[in-house]
Amino acid sequence: MASLRYESQVRQPLVEGTKDYHQVTEDICRPVEAKPSRLWWIGFLVSVALLLFGVLSVAMEVTYGTGQWNLNRTIGWGWDITNFVWWVGIGHAGTLISAILLLFRQGWRTGVNRAAEAMTIFAVMCAGQFPIWHMGRVWNAFFVLPYPNTRGPLWVNFNSPLLWDVFAISTYFTVSLLFWYSGLIPDLATLRDRAKKKWAKMFYGVASFGWTGSTKHWQRHEALSLVLAGLSTPLVLSVHTIVSFDFATSIVPGWHTTIFPPYFVAGAIFSGFAMVQTLLVVTRKVLGLEEYITIEHIDVMNKVIVLTGSIVGIAYLTELFMAWYSAVPYEWYAFKENRLNLNSPYGWSYWLMMGCNVLSPQIFWFRKMRRNLFVTFFMSVLVNIGMWFERFVIIVTSVYRDYLPSSWSTYYTPTIWEVGFYLGTFGLFFTCYFLFSKYFPVIAIAEIKHILKKNAKNYKADMTQVENESLDAYAAKHVHDDHH
Amino acid sequence: MSVQKFVVGNFYDEPVLFTAVKKVRRAGYKLHDVFTPFPIHGLDQAMGLRDTSLHTAGFIYGITGTSTAVGFITWALTLDWPINFGGKPFFALPAWIPVTFELTVLFAAVGMVLTFCYLCQLAPFVKKDHFNPRSTDDTFVMVIECTEETNEAEAKKFLESVGATEVTVMEKETGWWLGRYDRDTEPTAQTTNA
Repeated sequence: MASLRYESQVRQPLVEGTKDYHQVTEDICRPVEAKPSRLWWIGFLVSVALLLFGVLSVAMEVTYGTGQWNLNRTIGWGWDITNFVWWVGIGHAGTLISAILLLFRQGWRTGVNRAAEAMTIFAVMCAGQFPIWHMGRVWNAFFVLPYPNTRGPLWVNFNSPLLWDVFAISTYFTVSLLFWYSGLIPDLATLRDRAKKKWAKMFYGVASFGWTGSTKHWQRHEALSLVLAGLSTPLVLSVHTIVSFDFATSIVPGWHTTIFPPYFVAGAIFSGFAMVQTLLVVTRKVLGLEEYITIEHIDVMNKVIVLTGSIVGIAYLTELFMAWYSAVPYEWYAFKENRLNLNSPYGWSYWLMMGCNVLSPQIFWFRKMRRNLFVTFFMSVLVNIGMWFERFVIIVTSVYRDYLPSSWSTYYTPTIWEVGFYLGTFGLFFTCYFLFSKYFPVIAIAEIKHILKKNAKNYKADMTQVENESLDAYAAKHVHDDHH
Repeated sequence: MSVQKFVVGNFYDEPVLFTAVKKVRRAGYKLHDVFTPFPIHGLDQAMGLRDTSLHTAGFIYGITGTSTAVGFITWALTLDWPINFGGKPFFALPAWIPVTFELTVLFAAVGMVLTFCYLCQLAPFVKKDHFNPRSTDDTFVMVIECTEETNEAEAKKFLESVGATEVTVMEKETGWWLGRYDRDTEPTAQTTNA
């Protein structure tokens, strides 16, 4: 029976060290049950300070209106929507790891999925802030919902990509949250049953919903996870597709292209994985989880980064080629003069984007670089800078020069409150992440136990015996072992 | 509320557990449940549990979402208040695909999670007895329900003979926190609805 969990030794173990089920529980619960370190407090307080600065920036904008931002004619979307698309993109990796890789039966996802899903939820929370506060009269934000109102009722425009966004982002947030939390319930029950302090017993008791680990419940839980994964897979692809429709369905030169949906989705996965790397390279070290989030995991995610980075690169070139080949003068002008031309006002941002997103990830063709933590961390930050500039390039370099030269805008720089709002979402993101990494298990305990006997180092060592056995002998021994 | 007796045995190894489940069922004991720290594939079949219908529920919720979206948008934009958006047809089905898709997923996901919580009787502030707190850590806990015919001492000995350790007899007050709503998990009831 045990050897039915056979996996070739050619594959690297996903759990290092000598582990049994109890040791897995101990290792992953240790940081949750320990007192927070000084480093944690420093990080947490810095995040809260950033968050408060963000609250001030938003308060300024709400009090005095969007005039507090340096938006102008024709740059009606500046930092704000750039940040929105950037955060939504980052929020794609978690669901990709937990849903698509679950369907593809990728065992390595178990080490990183919990933290990545949490990161997704926090990133989508940050993203949601931008369109909401951009409304200006935010107290009327509920107008975007189709509710029976006294104005007719006048319904929202279901043909508008901006309304699709409302549905896409809110559905994505809800489904990601449900997926994440339903996976957390068994692990919270583990913490509940180990808790010694009164408040911990109470908190994890409430949070674990009375989970028992009954076989029937596990059967349903497995069914739920699988179907939620199946639902999330098209969902995650739809969300950034719909975000790209905000641009692609317009007639603005530089936006009006059919390549946007796949190009945005690839970019989202690219930046999402980079953010996962940024967080996990630090988290595994600080929480002492190097045996669960191994160099192998980092390596695999860097492969995803080089793949998606290259897809993004091809998309950039295709877009450029099509702008020229289409023979539309406005489209070609937007690319040739607003982007490619280094001497144009924003030319630098296009080349910064190219350097960070297309050239720099190519370093990950080398195994040595993929497995180097410093390179990985540095690259992950660089990729996210590049991906921020991608959205900046798309938005600002397309709108600052319109069809009519007389309405071309002056150079756009953000005000302190625009920057403050952006920093504030970093505060929100990291405040949430610090709380999560302290009070929740950052690795899915039950899922690690599920793959332990197949993929852990100490169990893989036993596979030599199985590999040397003849097929007939193996079959004779195990054929009637499993079902009924 | 009556008091029910249970014979509880601990296992630490999956192959031993699988064999034990089969032997316990063959010997005619009433298997109350097996509590495990993680899902063990095939254990539900070994225990004779029927497959879950949660998938079907999810499909029905999804279809409900699809028809809600298409129905509502059609009514709002063609009957209740048709608005001319750039001369496009009022019934602009292709433009409604995104919202329809999102609502399908939303209904299916929310509905399934709520159904899951209802079937398993999970909710905040709910407390349930699962016999051994180590069953969320590293122990597979098999629980046999004592009926009138069951001889506890014999059952205890039998569990030990199939590989269980630290076998104990426990008395519990019956109630839904023991999983009364999971009647279909009993080996004999194959056809009842969940």
